[in-house]
Amino acid sequence: MIEHLVSALSALSANKLRAALTMLGVVIGVLAVTLLVSVGDGARAYLSNTLSGIGSNLLSVVPGRTETRGLGPPATGLSRPLTMEDVHALTRQGTLLRGVSALVQGGGTVRYRNRQRDTIVIGVSPSFSDLRNMHVDVGEFVREEDVASRRRVVVLGRRVVLELFGDESPLGQSIRIAGGRFRVVGVMEPKGRSLGFDLDDLVFVPATAAMDLFALDHITQIVTASRSKEEAPAAMVEIDDILARRRNGEHSFTIQSQEDLLKTFGAITSAMTAVLLAIASISLVVGGIGIMNIMLVSVRERTREIGVRLAVGATQADVLWQFLLESVVISTLGGAVGLGTGALIIYAVHAYAPEVPVVLSPWIAAVAFGSSFVTGVVSGVVPARRAARLDPVEALRYE
Amino acid sequence: MSEAGALMEVRDLERFYVLGDELVRALRGVTFTIDRGEYVAIIGPSGSGKSTMMYQLGCLDTPSGGTYRLAGYDVGSLDGDELAALRNRFIGFVFQSFNLLARTTAVDNVALPLRYAGVGMRERRARAREALERVGLAHRWDHTPDRLSGGERQRVAVARAIVTKPSLLLCDEPTGNLDQRVGQEIVKLFEELNDTLGVTLVIVTHDPALARRARRNLKLVDGELVHDGPPQEGH
Repeated sequence: MIEHLVSALSALSANKLRAALTMLGVVIGVLAVTLLVSVGDGARAYLSNTLSGIGSNLLSVVPGRTETRGLGPPATGLSRPLTMEDVHALTRQGTLLRGVSALVQGGGTVRYRNRQRDTIVIGVSPSFSDLRNMHVDVGEFVREEDVASRRRVVVLGRRVVLELFGDESPLGQSIRIAGGRFRVVGVMEPKGRSLGFDLDDLVFVPATAAMDLFALDHITQIVTASRSKEEAPAAMVEIDDILARRRNGEHSFTIQSQEDLLKTFGAITSAMTAVLLAIASISLVVGGIGIMNIMLVSVRERTREIGVRLAVGATQADVLWQFLLESVVISTLGGAVGLGTGALIIYAVHAYAPEVPVVLSPWIAAVAFGSSFVTGVVSGVVPARRAARLDPVEALRYE
Repeated sequence: MSEAGALMEVRDLERFYVLGDELVRALRGVTFTIDRGEYVAIIGPSGSGKSTMMYQLGCLDTPSGGTYRLAGYDVGSLDGDELAALRNRFIGFVFQSFNLLARTTAVDNVALPLRYAGVGMRERRARAREALERVGLAHRWDHTPDRLSGGERQRVAVARAIVTKPSLLLCDEPTGNLDQRVGQEIVKLFEELNDTLGVTLVIVTHDPALARRARRNLKLVDGELVHDGPPQEGH
């Protein structure tokens, strides 16, 4: 076997340019597979990291029913809005829940002296901080008393602090949000961007104060979480029971779990990776056809050589292996070069553009290398069999 | 092995081809025996069946009828791999057009049959250089064919033919592509190998001068053996 490998290598080095050009097809194919799958994998990893980063085992309740009828908007006429009383009920009666928070979302212009910024205003309960993994850096977060007594206090995101206060300390200062006065009690930790949102460009106020501010009698949604992943289904049932009881058995709300969201995204990105892989495989197939073509030409050109080898004692199997290995060596070398180039590109992307999510996982490397090997075998079989089946007399006479 | 002396026994040998819808009878019942150490020329005009006979004797082809025994083996009953092994073990070929592998050094060309005999790399090289020494080309061992003259190429081919220490040296118009002086040298080399190694020498040729040097001539005409004996004058 090593003998055949040596002669395959020497046959290739005898015609370097042709070998290189033949290899190029596989190089490009494997490079395409590597890069496209890396992008797909990177997107998957990015989404799952981001979604996990916003908290764990999260459950949210939104008004209206969207589950049983997949299409169309919920029948809003029948749906009852969510209220602070729902939050209280869940807080009191929920045994499987790790904190319950109201969420009231709106936009507004915040002003401090002569500076202002349009930002997102989020009304919350104290447990929001732990649920969503967003913590105060200095000062304190919205407290229970603040919600109970509809106190006008605000916790600022980093970007808002920077824009309104610069280097000045904002704690204890008074700012205006859409005309109302709020006292700054805390500043959030920097969180950066996530899925296109700047998590530092927002302000938190007590949910009740937000309802006053936006003149609402209901809240946007309820944010809660189960104690563990395993308890999530039971927690969803519990939420459903508690809220339905408060609505005379009417299920006019929808409970969504982070797990379901992750699964949905996972399915989407897996499908995307599969499509990319399929597209990339086409170029690998083209590369394989290139190898087969060149190998067929090579067998024809070397008919006399085959005749001589048969005359001096080569068996059909010897000839078969010689040509098959040549094809496999071309293809596998091409695969290695493609993989190496892909790895270099991914490395460069990591170094110069760390925000682009690409991942070179070992399975891509294995698939790329394995598929180039298989390409070599498949495209080598036909030419190698043709070579092995040559009649010694015909081969020696071939001009 | 067969009885002492006889290396090749050809009996009623026939070879037919179908060419289009015509049946070509290239060999029509040829019978002869060649003993070990003989020096034989197979002659005849073109189309007489010389080449067909050479492929038969070289175990590159099998008979359509009759038998051919080489060193006791019935060639007609062997499969492809067995024929390959037989060629490797008993026969050294020398062709008109040398048939060396391009871009391959002389020593590796010579070593080729040993590879298919399963000899290890190091021993192959050593034995190949020995064979090159025998044909007077030891100093050219690392030259590729394109850097060798015609005579030198044929010497490399002879070295390749004798490297396995075969019983039969089968030469197909070995001087056909060489000028007369160089051709003479090659023939002398064959005769020397025949004398010193005792290798059976069979030369297929249409060159009368070359045929006359052999101790025995087999003349084929239209696929039939018309003369078996010492060289005749005037053909």
